[in-house]
Amino acid sequence: MNQLPALVGVFAYLSLLTMGGGMAAFPELRVLVVDVHHWLTFPQLIHLYSVGQMAPGPNMMMVASIGEWVAGVPGAVAVLLAFFLPTALLTLGVGRLWIRLETWPWRTSIQRGLAPVSIGLILAGSISLAEGALTGWLTVVIAAAVFAVLLLSRVNPALLVLCGALVSLIAFSPR
Amino acid sequence: MTRRVSDSAAPPRVATLNEIFFAFLLIGATSFGGGAVAYLRSSLVAKHGWLDDREFVELLSISQTLPGLNATNMAVLVGDRLRGTRGSIAAICGMCLPGALIMIAAGIVYRRHGDRPAGTAMLHGVAAAAVGLILATTVQLGRRSIRHVVDLVFVALTVVAVNLLHLSVPVALLGVGALAILWYRPQ
Repeated sequence: MNQLPALVGVFAYLSLLTMGGGMAAFPELRVLVVDVHHWLTFPQLIHLYSVGQMAPGPNMMMVASIGEWVAGVPGAVAVLLAFFLPTALLTLGVGRLWIRLETWPWRTSIQRGLAPVSIGLILAGSISLAEGALTGWLTVVIAAAVFAVLLLSRVNPALLVLCGALVSLIAFSPR
Repeated sequence: MTRRVSDSAAPPRVATLNEIFFAFLLIGATSFGGGAVAYLRSSLVAKHGWLDDREFVELLSISQTLPGLNATNMAVLVGDRLRGTRGSIAAICGMCLPGALIMIAAGIVYRRHGDRPAGTAMLHGVAAAAVGLILATTVQLGRRSIRHVVDLVFVALTVVAVNLLHLSVPVALLGVGALAILWYRPQ
């Protein structure tokens, strides 16, 4: 069955929800990819998302993996276009308008009002991810350690994710 | 972040499409863990001198207000400012290309080998570490944009709407967003 139209529809919709960051769309990503379309299981989605944190660049490039998974390389290309084109066009258009609206009083209201909401959406996405990723005390300790180190120092986050992988490799490996 | 208004009326440096593409390709290949903003600033402001700090903060606040990832929105806005629509295309393609290729390859490897015991064991840790990383990024963003107690109320309302009431993200965004914008309405 040709999944490309469904992929394009889902990721074009998700792209419009990424207020403040990709994580904001995660709860809807989970519902659509896992429950509605059955493209991946929830653990598989979490794994791809987490591996995506080690890749460079914008932190939602894992959408390309989902596209490839469902429909090969054409699927990856379709998903990338669907996920980045709508918001790119919106940003291009509104960006030009926004500069001209410098004296419009509601401009500041919108910026001030949406700032905490976008933080809330990223936090909601993190909680949704944590529901699947924190399965026992060790995973909670790894998450807490990474959180603390990142706030207290300037370590490359990808290295910390790699450390988490090694710790759990040692802990969870079958003997 | 420092706000410096440059008092010199120096003309903006002219950038070619190639320069824009390769500058963003380098950022796209070297920025890790959602920290693209710091890499963007050091490349665009410090290294290339394409923007001053004030312009950078201005474009960043637009990026954060609109849907879309901060990194790609910044690419679109900076590309447009430097070279118009074609500059935007060059910038966003450069930004996304390295990560997209890596993730397509990583997805293929995961599908073939992800269910091996050692792979599953490592992925537990990767996922847990990712939670810590996302929460740290959220706190760092929050430090910049949460200024009043009422902002925390809007954050909490959004989380409750999505995680407890299981409202869809657009409903939560429109509902709490409208409330927050009205709260900050022009006096």
